[in-house]
Amino acid sequence: MIYSYYPGCTLKTKAKDLDEYGRKAAEALGVTLEELPNWQCCGAVYPLATDEIATKLSAVRALANAKEKGQPLVTLCSACHHVIKRVNNDMQTNNDIITRVNNYLKLDEAYNGETEVIHYLEMLRDKIGFDELKKKVVNPLKGRKIAAYYGCMLLRPSKEMQMDDPENPTIMEDFIKAIGAEPVVYAFRNECCGGYMTMNDKDLACKMANKVVESAKVKGAEEIITACPLCLYNLKENTTGDMPIYYFTELLAEALGVK
Amino acid sequence: MHSSEKNMSEEIIRISGINPRQCMKCGKCSATCPAFDEMEYHPHQFVSMIVNGKINKLLESESIWKCLSCFACVERCPRSVEPAKLIEAVRVSVLRKKGANYLSPDEIPGKLDPELPQQAIASAFRKYSK
Repeated sequence: MIYSYYPGCTLKTKAKDLDEYGRKAAEALGVTLEELPNWQCCGAVYPLATDEIATKLSAVRALANAKEKGQPLVTLCSACHHVIKRVNNDMQTNNDIITRVNNYLKLDEAYNGETEVIHYLEMLRDKIGFDELKKKVVNPLKGRKIAAYYGCMLLRPSKEMQMDDPENPTIMEDFIKAIGAEPVVYAFRNECCGGYMTMNDKDLACKMANKVVESAKVKGAEEIITACPLCLYNLKENTTGDMPIYYFTELLAEALGVK
Repeated sequence: MHSSEKNMSEEIIRISGINPRQCMKCGKCSATCPAFDEMEYHPHQFVSMIVNGKINKLLESESIWKCLSCFACVERCPRSVEPAKLIEAVRVSVLRKKGANYLSPDEIPGKLDPELPQQAIASAFRKYSK
């Protein structure tokens, strides 16, 4: 299996673990991730204002490059996934945006949302299959109680993201089971970690991150996994206590014996 | 209703792509908002202020900068009013005025720490400045 891969800015800097373990694990699973050439930062937040075009262009360029290669586009960072998936949805459904973006970009062939965008977790579930993944695990994480932290951007708005049930998701818990550990379900797994508020209102960001970690702890979690660099930062740096927080790819690489 | 205030409300509605008149005031958006306690005006009040064209107070309120864009209200709104989109349109209509950035590049160095991911800076700039 060969897929185009969009790492994004943070995976090249502060979140190298998310990227490097993701690549190693993919290799062990027989998947080739081809990094898109000349990708640009996705902007980290989806532009909600309907009259904005410029802030959507970098996502369209990545999508059009993957289309040229004829490959689905795999994302790993929750924020990049959120932005690219939603811009792709605009390019399938919003005629005003489709026209204005294509007029501006003047691609060899107009882009109309043809690329399939999948998050790494969806690749594991839908392309490889959790049963297949389980067979390839050489170092099952037996006895480890792991809480999945979804946050906001993977799940909502579910009409566009279409990853899982936004109120009662299972994809990360199924992943945890596949690598041999025990998933811990808790109330705050799809509540906000504080996000970008850490820049402007540290107190609020800390309050929110602490609620998430406390909620997981009360249910017996010994560690938390996430797919988002900003979630990892908030849960780690803006909380009291010492709950270990990992990228899910790190545990995947560990289970596959390639860490 | 003051006419410039009304025009601004119409502009916000246009930018948001939302019809706030569909709101049935169930309050689910405010009930689900993680920043509720930090706000002087709450998500359901944003909607009704925009419907009634009484937005001058809203434009000056710190409340508009407290939304985290977590999309809880977007997901759970039963009437597709999706307050986060209206709040973004309010922010954008403030930010698009000259010199009205909420976060300036000069403030960034003081906010950095060794672990802060680039994603935080990119997101905050997209949300707080133009």
